Amino acid sequence: MKKNLRVKRSKHIDETYKISFKFNGKLYYGFKGDTLASALLANDIHLVGRSFKYHRPRGIMTAGSEEPNAIVQLHNNSPWTEPNVRATEVEIYEGLEASSQNCWPSVNFDIGGINNFLSPLLPAGFYYKTFMWPASFWEKYEYFIRKSAGLGKSPTKPDPDIYEHRYIHCDVLVIGAGISGIISAKIAAKNGFKTLLIDEKPYLGGSTIYQNSEYFKINNQNSGSWLEKEINEIKKIENLEIKTRTSVAAYHGYNYLLAKENLTDHLPIERRKNKTRHKLLKIRAKKVVTATGSIERPLIFDNNDRPGILLSSAIKKYADLFGVACGEKNILFTNNDSAYETAISLIQKGINVEAIVDNREKVDSKLIYEVEKNNIKIFKGHTIVNTYGYKRINKISIMQLSKDGQNVIGSKIDLSCDCLGISGGWTPAVHLFTQSGGKLKFRDEDQVFIPNAYPSDQISVGACNGDLTLDSILVNVPKSLKDFLNIKNNVYESFEVLSSYNNSKRNIWLLPSDKILGKTKSFVDYQNDATAKDIKLALREGFKSIEHVKRYTTTGMGTDQGKLGNMHALGIISETSEAKMGELGTTTFRPPYTPLTFGTIVGRNVGEYFDVYRKTPIHEWHVKNNAKFENVGQWKRAWYYPRDNEDMFQAVQRESKAARESAGILDASTLGKIDIQGTDASEFLNRVYTNAWSKLQIGKCRYGLMLNEDGMVYDDGVTTRLSENHYLMTTTTGGAANVLGKLEDYLQTEWPELDVYLSSVTDHFATISVCGPNSKKIISEIFPNLDLSDKNFPHMSFKKTKIGKIHCRIMRISFTGEQSYEINVQANFGKSVWEKCMEVGKNCNITPYGTETMHLLRAEKGFIIVGQDTDATMTPIDLQMDWIVSKKKYDFIGKRSLYRSDTIREDRKQLVGLLTDNPNEILEEGSQIVSDINKSPIEMLGHVTSSYFSPNLKKSIALGVVRGGKNMLGQKLIIPMENKKINVTVTDPVFLDKENKKLNA
Amino acid sequence: MFLINCPFCGEREQSEFKAGGEAHIVRPKQPTELSDDEWAEYLFMRKNIKGVQFERWNHVHGCRKWFNVVRDTSNDQIKAVYKMGEKPPN
Repeated sequence: MKKNLRVKRSKHIDETYKISFKFNGKLYYGFKGDTLASALLANDIHLVGRSFKYHRPRGIMTAGSEEPNAIVQLHNNSPWTEPNVRATEVEIYEGLEASSQNCWPSVNFDIGGINNFLSPLLPAGFYYKTFMWPASFWEKYEYFIRKSAGLGKSPTKPDPDIYEHRYIHCDVLVIGAGISGIISAKIAAKNGFKTLLIDEKPYLGGSTIYQNSEYFKINNQNSGSWLEKEINEIKKIENLEIKTRTSVAAYHGYNYLLAKENLTDHLPIERRKNKTRHKLLKIRAKKVVTATGSIERPLIFDNNDRPGILLSSAIKKYADLFGVACGEKNILFTNNDSAYETAISLIQKGINVEAIVDNREKVDSKLIYEVEKNNIKIFKGHTIVNTYGYKRINKISIMQLSKDGQNVIGSKIDLSCDCLGISGGWTPAVHLFTQSGGKLKFRDEDQVFIPNAYPSDQISVGACNGDLTLDSILVNVPKSLKDFLNIKNNVYESFEVLSSYNNSKRNIWLLPSDKILGKTKSFVDYQNDATAKDIKLALREGFKSIEHVKRYTTTGMGTDQGKLGNMHALGIISETSEAKMGELGTTTFRPPYTPLTFGTIVGRNVGEYFDVYRKTPIHEWHVKNNAKFENVGQWKRAWYYPRDNEDMFQAVQRESKAARESAGILDASTLGKIDIQGTDASEFLNRVYTNAWSKLQIGKCRYGLMLNEDGMVYDDGVTTRLSENHYLMTTTTGGAANVLGKLEDYLQTEWPELDVYLSSVTDHFATISVCGPNSKKIISEIFPNLDLSDKNFPHMSFKKTKIGKIHCRIMRISFTGEQSYEINVQANFGKSVWEKCMEVGKNCNITPYGTETMHLLRAEKGFIIVGQDTDATMTPIDLQMDWIVSKKKYDFIGKRSLYRSDTIREDRKQLVGLLTDNPNEILEEGSQIVSDINKSPIEMLGHVTSSYFSPNLKKSIALGVVRGGKNMLGQKLIIPMENKKINVTVTDPVFLDKENKKLNA
Repeated sequence: MFLINCPFCGEREQSEFKAGGEAHIVRPKQPTELSDDEWAEYLFMRKNIKGVQFERWNHVHGCRKWFNVVRDTSNDQIKAVYKMGEKPPN
């Protein structure tokens, strides 16, 4: 019984261009210009999905982005799959495959439908109430709840599409290309403003473009034809850019907007290759004109959600724009004139209208007379009390309304139908306006929220500003634009308008029924199955704020964000709690207006561009030599260099031994380097480091510790005095950028009188550290003319020299405790100098080592790593580094905080060494340290910060912070682990070469 | 996202800047003379006003200069910008 519900030709549909597509596995046909929804309706398919909670059969309800029900999965199980797509927005293309969501095994027979019959057991807040106890069961509940949560299936394969971001700057942005937007864009552009006009639909002209009724005329032409001419004209204006299929997702402060431009979703998949799918437009507009129109309201009555029930305006659009009849026996139910417009359109197209149910007693407009002339029965002062038909509406029951509209009277009349159009008046689309920070006011006459105060240079015009009729739009839009743009030339002279719409409306948020409320299912939020009953229950249970009611009942929390029903929820709350709508306010409208894909949001920042990383000049060598890398800040650092089948432990043991027994080489290029110059450079260092700098001789190096003003260790590193007023500071790899920022801050704001200049030179130099007993031999072979004697070049000093023409700065400094030399060369020579070191060091078994070995070697020597052995709660005193804190200096950053009542406490956590009783047992970094395991609760004394097996000491060593640890030397403590406890002894943190014999050898 | 009028570079997007908290908190010249409470007042106490607030901002991805901004925190309107060391507007 396949029916063709395609009616009279529509010029928007190309009937010579047939397109095949699949819905739930079955093949159908539509035409070019169809949306998935219009093509399905033409094939007499209304049932497309199941509702979220009760799994009730649901059909197409709207013809736009406000659709709550008809959301489908496209191209299931393929890389192109996308869930939760509105069938009303999908333009069909050859090969399109769509399927229903939230149903199993099929949309026609859905097991979950049982929830509908269990609905008395599933009231608002069901999950909150039921899964509260016992708390330990939550993990078990969660498994099942997760399974039933969500609608579509998210893709599991990598996204094959390309996305882009683009910045746009314009004088005037016009959002929405309906009649108000077109008029606004023309006025702006003709007056010389660089204008951008965007609309979410593939065509321009909004709902006026298909308005071809005799009852709505502009300058004696029907309004659709008039607008078409205007569109053809504005397309020729040079300083006007037009973007269709582009929806504004977010409207932020300072007229910054995000929009998604859809470029390929309407193309067959094979034609999308190598094309950008979506562009995220980042628009900065000097002025914004919002012309987003309005959304028709549904009506709230028992069983108002059956397939075959649509908004009356949607039925009109399907007939006028797509040439599709939504049913053969149509009934319209309304509280205003809009449904009569629909009826006239249907009559014109030869589509049968059975009756109109109007809740108004008295109605009087040309539209109504026209409908009456066509012998269509109008039930005035009536309401629908129930509907019938499980998978498609087949009958309605209506009753007369009492004078006050609160009750139904008389007897029930049954009317059969296969399609019901409902019209509850119009809600201005103020979403973007409120997102931008705009405040709304409530207009009592027709119960709408409209813009009141604008937070930025913007204006709302047309229906979204409460001008809901053609005549008011044509009078007000040009006038508003003239003021807004401060112009003389209006482009438009006065219009001659015929608008037959009468504004009268009888607003009843929740229509009365012959049943008690508890027995009805009057849906307010279709997608989330929130009913009027749920909202009243929430109020009875004490929820008062609209935001709380929303969260408790989930009203407005679906993918459609309650575009249809939010106003009714407010209305019902207002009526029940006797609060005024205007005082109640609305819930917060949050971006995005319609959902964005993740691809659109990330744009090109995927794969290796997701988080860009920095490589040292020697990186390629590390890669070639099988290094494993670790991320340090933004850097990729060589972690260790496994040979043959070595694991990390084995490689690190080998590298560590080689460095102490012969020679090791480390790429230290990532350390932050700040060039400091100026006559006050020494004074500046005095103020930022804890120790004294004035007496440091030229050519010498010194280790410095930098604190925050709160006295906590912030960074450390070696600084070299290159000349009288010239220093080179090194910082930790991760801290480099922040240290520079902090130093600049003090210089600019606290000490502007200091003559000091800072410059980051991290990237300018490659730093190669050669260490070990044979390091001197290797360096002497590379620099044969350099005197490396301890007298000429002692530990903590610096020399300038050359390899051929390459300038080198060599520092004899050590982070390993071995004698070592750091060679700094211009970055682009880094790799060749490294290779030279490797070649020269071959005879000494020079061994490249990574960060892991570096960490092990420094731990043997008890050197801290800021950020590993410290957090933002450790002072230098806590680290047992009192020696570096100058007693003589009057001030330095953080000095005063070192003797606050809290920082002088004896029982602060302090850095200590830890040795396990069993020398082969290696502690886990981060494990807790306790002294008394029988105490309840067990007192936590501290934790392990660094732990390694030392191949040079042949035992496990660790550093940790322990409360009062300074005075615990030799004391036994316990590290409790999951299945055992490990006994440790507190020691000095320096495990190797306490006398620094190796350094000065 | 705000547009901030850097006194050195002109109008730029907020993403180029870093906020630096309340302005006009001067580091004491002689911290060692202060009691714990006085030092704590400097170190920890910051205002969090709903309304007009004086703030420090840094053009971190630009000229790297610090400057002051007068911002109404209730609607993010920037009332004024001025250089370090300059007198705040009334």
